Amino acid sequence: MNDLTEAILELIRRTSTDLPEDVEARLRAALEQEEEGSAARGALETILKNVELARENSTPICQDTGTPLFYVRYPEGMSTRALRRQIIAAVQEATRRTYLRPNAVDAITGRNSGDNTGDEHYPTIHFEEVDADQPLVIELMLKGGGCENVGAQYKLPDSRLGAGRDLEGVRKVALDAVYKAQGKGCAPGVLGIAIGGDRGSSYLASKEALLRRLDDPNPNPDLDALEKRLTEEANQLGIGPMGFGGKTTVLGTKVKGLHRLPASYFVSVSYMCWAYRRRRMTVRGDEVLYE
Amino acid sequence: MREITLPISDETVRSLGVGEAVALSGVMITGRDAVHKWIVETFIKKTRPPQGDDLEVYEAIKPLLNGGVIYHCGPVVAGLDTGEYRFVAAGPTTSIREEPYQADVMRHFNAKGVIGKGGMGAKTLQGCQEVPFVYFHAIGGAASLIAQSVRRVVAVHKLEFGVPEAIWVIEVERFPVVVTMDAHGNSLHEKVEETSKANLEALLAA
Ligand code: SF4
Repeated sequence: MNDLTEAILELIRRTSTDLPEDVEARLRAALEQEEEGSAARGALETILKNVELARENSTPICQDTGTPLFYVRYPEGMSTRALRRQIIAAVQEATRRTYLRPNAVDAITGRNSGDNTGDEHYPTIHFEEVDADQPLVIELMLKGGGCENVGAQYKLPDSRLGAGRDLEGVRKVALDAVYKAQGKGCAPGVLGIAIGGDRGSSYLASKEALLRRLDDPNPNPDLDALEKRLTEEANQLGIGPMGFGGKTTVLGTKVKGLHRLPASYFVSVSYMCWAYRRRRMTVRGDEVLYE
Repeated sequence: MREITLPISDETVRSLGVGEAVALSGVMITGRDAVHKWIVETFIKKTRPPQGDDLEVYEAIKPLLNGGVIYHCGPVVAGLDTGEYRFVAAGPTTSIREEPYQADVMRHFNAKGVIGKGGMGAKTLQGCQEVPFVYFHAIGGAASLIAQSVRRVVAVHKLEFGVPEAIWVIEVERFPVVVTMDAHGNSLHEKVEETSKANLEALLAA
């Protein structure tokens, strides 16, 4: 297997500095919705200018370069230990080159490791084996702290919100999560929602849901309808970009259903800020493709 | 967009209203958790005696904060090895963590503006009216654009707090912000929270 450290470094650079085009397109469409001269429109203009500058200068879109979350699908026979070492080396080099800010703080001592390495969960790397003839695919998402802090997990039924154990209940708690977040997760955001699972798998799946493109419809027609409805209704809350008020609070919603225990019904909402940094690289032999 | 150059007068502060977009120019300092705590403990409540270069740093930032602005920011800085510092990314960080300290710090230095994101609470809003000062909301995440408006790093103090927590003295040009808490007791955050609450209730009842 080739050493992929350089290629992964390039994946990190692109992820941190170049916002995906589907996200940028939604931001541009949102701008047109906001009133001329409003604080909301001003915020979106600044955001879009920032996106262009970051791309041109190859500087981080946001200074909080977040938790690096890697999702790796590797062909049978490839060493995950070697991949982990290369990912970590790339993360350290990306930190030196200021594509990433040193973000890993030891929760016990308060010490910042200085190079974005920490323990077995930092950076987070999820491995999944695929058939030997499949390419290696590495997806990277950078999840900022501000938006991670406004994520929420609900246990249905929720009597305060009148939310039962069905999609209507899911809709209610998801809207509550957006209301509670206000502008604090750097709205306009994207909602990643998982229904079911245990507390851990539910949050995990809510992030995986965010790996889908914004314009990709949900294959389940009920969930697809829920995604569209939630985006529309979240935008009726009037929170607006940065919480300045306005029509754009959420750019999109992605929902994933899981199996659950009969006793539990969790709904996990991961809030992704407008700086929705995710990129994918596919490696086939010597060829590396970035999306 | 209204242009304002630092230092800011009380008259200008009182003329600002929530929702107003402003471009700020001049010299300001960054400060977040460690800095606010250090100021309050060492110079306001005096629960901790000044140590090391504390007094020197205090004298250096005092004139900058008189009529000045404190920016809640943990920047990404290049040139750490050479000392030729350059801000690479410099967006705002969440302000509410400084809620216990902010009004006292502003009063102590007669500072006129805080820049951050997410807004602040009742104690700060009260301080806005009394001192007076305003809260400027920067665009969260607009790090590259803001870094570009940072023309020069003038000095750095308390680097031992870490790069994001240090006091960076920076000269900015046309730094884009929106007033979200003014000196007349208005908070755009409170207003949006109220209307969105009513909207949520209507949607939940539907
Ligand atoms: S929430 Fe996102 S855009 Fe906002 S500061 Fe954090 S990473 Fe940046």
